[in-house]
Amino acid sequence: MRKKQRITAEFHYTLMIAPGLIWLILFSLVPMVGIVMAFQDYTPGLGYWNSEWVGLENFKYLFSMGDSRQVMINTLVIALAKMILHLIFPLIFALLLNEVRLVRYKKVIQTIVYLPHFLSWVILASIILNIFGYTGVINTINGFIGKEPVVFMSDAAIFRQLIVGTDVWKEFGYNAVIFLAALTGINPNLYEAAAIDGANRMQSVWHITLPGIMGTIILVGVLGLGNILNAGFDQIFNMYNPMVYSTGDILDTWVYRMGLLDLQFSLATTAGLLKSVVSFVLIVISYVTAYKVADYRIF
Amino acid sequence: MIQTKTLGARVFDMFNVIFMGILAFSCLYPLWYALCLSISNKAAANSGLVTIFPIGFSLASYQEIMGDMKFFNSFWISIQRTVFGTIITLLLIIMMAYPLAKKNTEYRIRNKLMWLVIFCMVFNGGTIPWYITVKNYGLIDSIWGLVLAGSLPVFNLILMMNFFRSLPKDLEEAAVVDGAGPWRILFGIVVPCSVPVIATIVLFTGVYHWNEFFQGLVLTTGEAHYPLQTYIKQMVVNIPMTNLTKDQLENLSKLSNRSLDAAKIFIAMIPMLIVYPFLQRYFVNGIMLGAVKE
Repeated sequence: MRKKQRITAEFHYTLMIAPGLIWLILFSLVPMVGIVMAFQDYTPGLGYWNSEWVGLENFKYLFSMGDSRQVMINTLVIALAKMILHLIFPLIFALLLNEVRLVRYKKVIQTIVYLPHFLSWVILASIILNIFGYTGVINTINGFIGKEPVVFMSDAAIFRQLIVGTDVWKEFGYNAVIFLAALTGINPNLYEAAAIDGANRMQSVWHITLPGIMGTIILVGVLGLGNILNAGFDQIFNMYNPMVYSTGDILDTWVYRMGLLDLQFSLATTAGLLKSVVSFVLIVISYVTAYKVADYRIF
Repeated sequence: MIQTKTLGARVFDMFNVIFMGILAFSCLYPLWYALCLSISNKAAANSGLVTIFPIGFSLASYQEIMGDMKFFNSFWISIQRTVFGTIITLLLIIMMAYPLAKKNTEYRIRNKLMWLVIFCMVFNGGTIPWYITVKNYGLIDSIWGLVLAGSLPVFNLILMMNFFRSLPKDLEEAAVVDGAGPWRILFGIVVPCSVPVIATIVLFTGVYHWNEFFQGLVLTTGEAHYPLQTYIKQMVVNIPMTNLTKDQLENLSKLSNRSLDAAKIFIAMIPMLIVYPFLQRYFVNGIMLGAVKE
């Protein structure tokens, strides 16, 4: 009786899971078949099965292309800078906000700084382009002190800084949430004891607060590793232009232009595949490390 | 705890409060700037006079949008996409998370399915194979392409699954004794107990669908099918160029209609601003739920 009951339940579980599973198969697994394009000279008319196989030619060609090196460098530099600053800025912000004693003020600040995270890059990029534009706020202010207007967004020398800076600005509040939560977990008695022992605030932060949230800091840092090739397509796609390709063109935008605008499906797939494989390896490493170091399990 | 504050501590507190205020201001300013541009008169907006306050109050831009059918068409597509996308995603995630929250002894293929789900989360075929597949399904220019092509959001699924696992076992056991089947248990007992996580996922999914522009761009063939974000990306986001002369740049900014563009941007933000108070109440929960440990 019990066994029969369990088998009926399992049947219903499978029914429940089926629609979601089909969705996953259709839009995540089936597209993976298309990876064969990386090893073919893919022609849309011939499809996957009749296109000519070329072995590793696409990979060789990709590495010999002049752009690919620069694109890789741009991707790594931007992603790495974002990774580090997405850790440091939210941490500093959380520590400083934690020192604010005005409870209501603190709540208001918190509410406001989360907001940019929920606005799309399309929206924010168009506003940022306005602010940094030829007749934007920055140039207007510069005009008051007699400076010539500059078109910031097409200056390759500062494009990366603008990208990283605006991204850190968009996400610092949201990324601080996890640190703020960790901060509430620190035993307040520790601070009292430290104050009695004559510790000043800097010392309390250094000897109590930071060690108290070290686990969280390491965890966030480790989980960030998987993003090493994610320089942020949505942001750069909405903010870049041909003038700044030399410093701002990243793997994802390059794949987009090569694949969907120039219709070089095989090359774009190859570049995308390289990214997927590297990201896959790094994500697995970061999860395993997070589990071993911080006992963190995502499932 | 009574602390005698040193002068240094007071100065720090003061600067800290001011600094936090500046950060918060910086997060609100872009929104405010868009609003100011949109209700300023055209000439002032184009010549860059608007900085902190609107200049030459005018609602002309909003009046102009009222007659812009393309804008409202895109707005309507985005609404449909967000509503359908959120409902379907939520339903499928609930139905998928419940069996996956079972132990492997209760549902013997649970672990195998879980590995498949995780694999789909950490590995993907890339943009081009995905695009070709979706195209082959005939989902170009279709609202269903926009609703479904993003595939299952695995992170949200795991969020839901972890929450289901944290519910007390007795609830379900009592229902089993009363003879309730899996469907009754799921929708009669588990779901009503999971309001916080459901709210979180509704908000995450809704925000995702409202903000998404890339699929709207590549899965459509023209502006008649653009969702709002794609419309704004294509119609409003101007690309500046330096190889133009100073005069050309000035002419260009005179020709553009920054006030009108800003009005479109602002309208696109309104739904987000409306749900934001609810959103920010739940998403902190959501992030914490994601880190649930067994």
